Amino acid sequence: MIIEKIAKNLVLKNGTIIDPHRGKTYLGDVWVKDGKIAGVGKVEAPADSETIDCSGKVITHGFCDLHVHFREPGREDKETLKTGARAAMAGGFTRVCVMPNTNPPLDSPESINFIREKAEECPIHIHPIGAITKAQGGNDLTEMGLMHKEGAVAFSDDGLPIQDGAMMRIALEYSTLLNVPIINHAEDECLRAKGVMHEGIVSNHLGLSGNPDLAESAMVHRDLELAEFTGARLHVPHVSSEKAINHIRRMKSTNEKVTSEVTPHHLFFNDEALKSFNTNLKVAPPIRTERDRLALVEAVKDGTIDCIATDHAPHAIEDKETTFDLASFGMIGLESCFGAVNKVLVQDEGLLIEDVIELLTSKPRSIMGFEPNLFFVGEEAEITVLDTNKEWIFGKEHIQSRSKNSPFYGESLIGQVVITISRGQMSLI
Amino acid sequence: MLQQRHLLGLEGYPAEDIQTIIDTGFKFREVLDRPIKKVPSLQGVTIVNLFFENSTRTRISFELAQKRLSADTVNFSATSSSLKKGESFKDTAQNIEAMKIDAVVMRHPTPGAPKHLTEFIDSVIINAGDGTHEHPTQAILDMMSLHEKFGRLNGLKVGILGDISHSRVALSNIFGLIIMGAEVTLCGPPNLIPPFIKDLGVNINYNVDEVIEWADALNVLRIQRERMGLGLVPSVREYRAMFGITQERLDKHKKEIVIMHPGPMNRGVEIDGSVADGDQAIILDQVLNGVASRMAILYLLCGGKSSEEGAS
Repeated sequence: MIIEKIAKNLVLKNGTIIDPHRGKTYLGDVWVKDGKIAGVGKVEAPADSETIDCSGKVITHGFCDLHVHFREPGREDKETLKTGARAAMAGGFTRVCVMPNTNPPLDSPESINFIREKAEECPIHIHPIGAITKAQGGNDLTEMGLMHKEGAVAFSDDGLPIQDGAMMRIALEYSTLLNVPIINHAEDECLRAKGVMHEGIVSNHLGLSGNPDLAESAMVHRDLELAEFTGARLHVPHVSSEKAINHIRRMKSTNEKVTSEVTPHHLFFNDEALKSFNTNLKVAPPIRTERDRLALVEAVKDGTIDCIATDHAPHAIEDKETTFDLASFGMIGLESCFGAVNKVLVQDEGLLIEDVIELLTSKPRSIMGFEPNLFFVGEEAEITVLDTNKEWIFGKEHIQSRSKNSPFYGESLIGQVVITISRGQMSLI
Repeated sequence: MLQQRHLLGLEGYPAEDIQTIIDTGFKFREVLDRPIKKVPSLQGVTIVNLFFENSTRTRISFELAQKRLSADTVNFSATSSSLKKGESFKDTAQNIEAMKIDAVVMRHPTPGAPKHLTEFIDSVIINAGDGTHEHPTQAILDMMSLHEKFGRLNGLKVGILGDISHSRVALSNIFGLIIMGAEVTLCGPPNLIPPFIKDLGVNINYNVDEVIEWADALNVLRIQRERMGLGLVPSVREYRAMFGITQERLDKHKKEIVIMHPGPMNRGVEIDGSVADGDQAIILDQVLNGVASRMAILYLLCGGKSSEEGAS
């Protein structure tokens, strides 16, 4: 993949334009001038414009991922903001939110500022999510107000769920001051115990300790109750179980401030895949049963789930090339995202391509309050061009991340990102 | 010869191969009854016993089996290993294989570790227990002992009693016995029997007396003292009262039932001393069959051609 500066005048010609903000699909061109949208549809660009033929391709908004780990500061051997940005562009993402579980964690205005400054050098937009508690310790609230001023778009203790219900209540209450989402990785530590995969018949087969769906659903239920009580905005990340989905669906019918996301890997795999003991499938929350997977698909269809987020979690080879109990939790996911979700949701489940694009663009953007009208003349160009029918086998050569821990190797995916335009740069596969 | 190159577990293992191992095992049992208990079958074959977890009987059993077959053996245990120096599992395995070996017998605390090993090295791998996953050679020796006693496995009713959740012996026995056509009923405290295990085709009955009435044989598992007081088993005396195979309990049933135990036993907890030493128990036959069946496994995986040739 190459990333280059875009021409002064660039025209993406004869594509199928899908505008998720206006809900319109039509044939036409997109003209980008000086990195900004200069025209969409019928355009009258100068004759010397650089043109790229996009016939048969989809031209749409740049994707937005609310949940990635770029490991900077602290584990730059796994990923940096720069390498993560490359991975994002390879996956069609022009905007991501980075989780605060770095070393040190993003728990102060200074650390938020560090990310903002570093992100300036990157070809995509990177927004920090601040920690809810100092050192993600679960006890003392961070300076949320000051962090918000520095650019924190949401708050989460990510991999260290807030176990103490009273602490969660305080965080939600305080967040109403800023009107930003609180994101809590929902897992009851006691119920999870030492579980390394979903507790079920497959964990019984493999002798691996199980992490029951109850560990997720019990905490999701608690958080939903607290969100309703406090009037705060709750975003439930990487929902993995039917039980949790049922709680969210019920609560969303009365509380519009609740949002949720699902990952490509929870939509794509079920726990049978772990029979290979493939440590790249070790993730938290775990890959669950086929029944859970289908419930997630259903929840995408009926709107219980608002968006797709990758939970891109890079790990070094030695962290994964080990026995299952010692292997780290998490997998990378930016590069394989579109091909995986498009395959599951469009090809297998009959959703429209427009629906999938909404889950990757307008819907996550609206949760974070990012500008939704990306094809408005004068807006900075954030564009993704897709070959939606391309069938391809995912391999190491498709990875731009510094880490290689993907469970998608050898999987046949449908739909590929061809071009990503962001911050005046363009990536081409 | 066997269809699979390694013995990682009994899940999905071919029934005819289990039978071949058992049949070959009986041939080697004869060798063990000879005055000179050694055959040259695996002369020149080098086997490493890679033990990442403590073991006495399994390791001695494997070592004896290897010596009876004239193989060269090297022992490696985690306590003396470079793992303590922070070397990775992969590096340790690759280093050992670089010294030109033919087979690895491995015990490891993590489920799936032998499977991972097959990805790093080319030698034949035999699983001597991987965490709470499988212990296939134990299940094979248990099945060989049942076969010896009953002359068949098909249709046999076998109860497995104790901590099923944390037992690799139970899991391998379940896989193996069901493949061989036996019926299996699990018994023990409900919190030590995984809720989903019924899907493997076993029965669950929490009433030990009913299981005794039903079963031809009862495999009594060690109840680990570490489980006591963790909220899993309230106390030793409670366990003994509810699930212990006591002399009184067996006497009450007035029924022939074969009692097995994979060892090491907690006398007075899951099994009474008098039961363990009694006529119904075949616990020491299991130990002897352990050597014979492991000889069969090593022979069949590390170069053997047929059961006749190996024992000659």
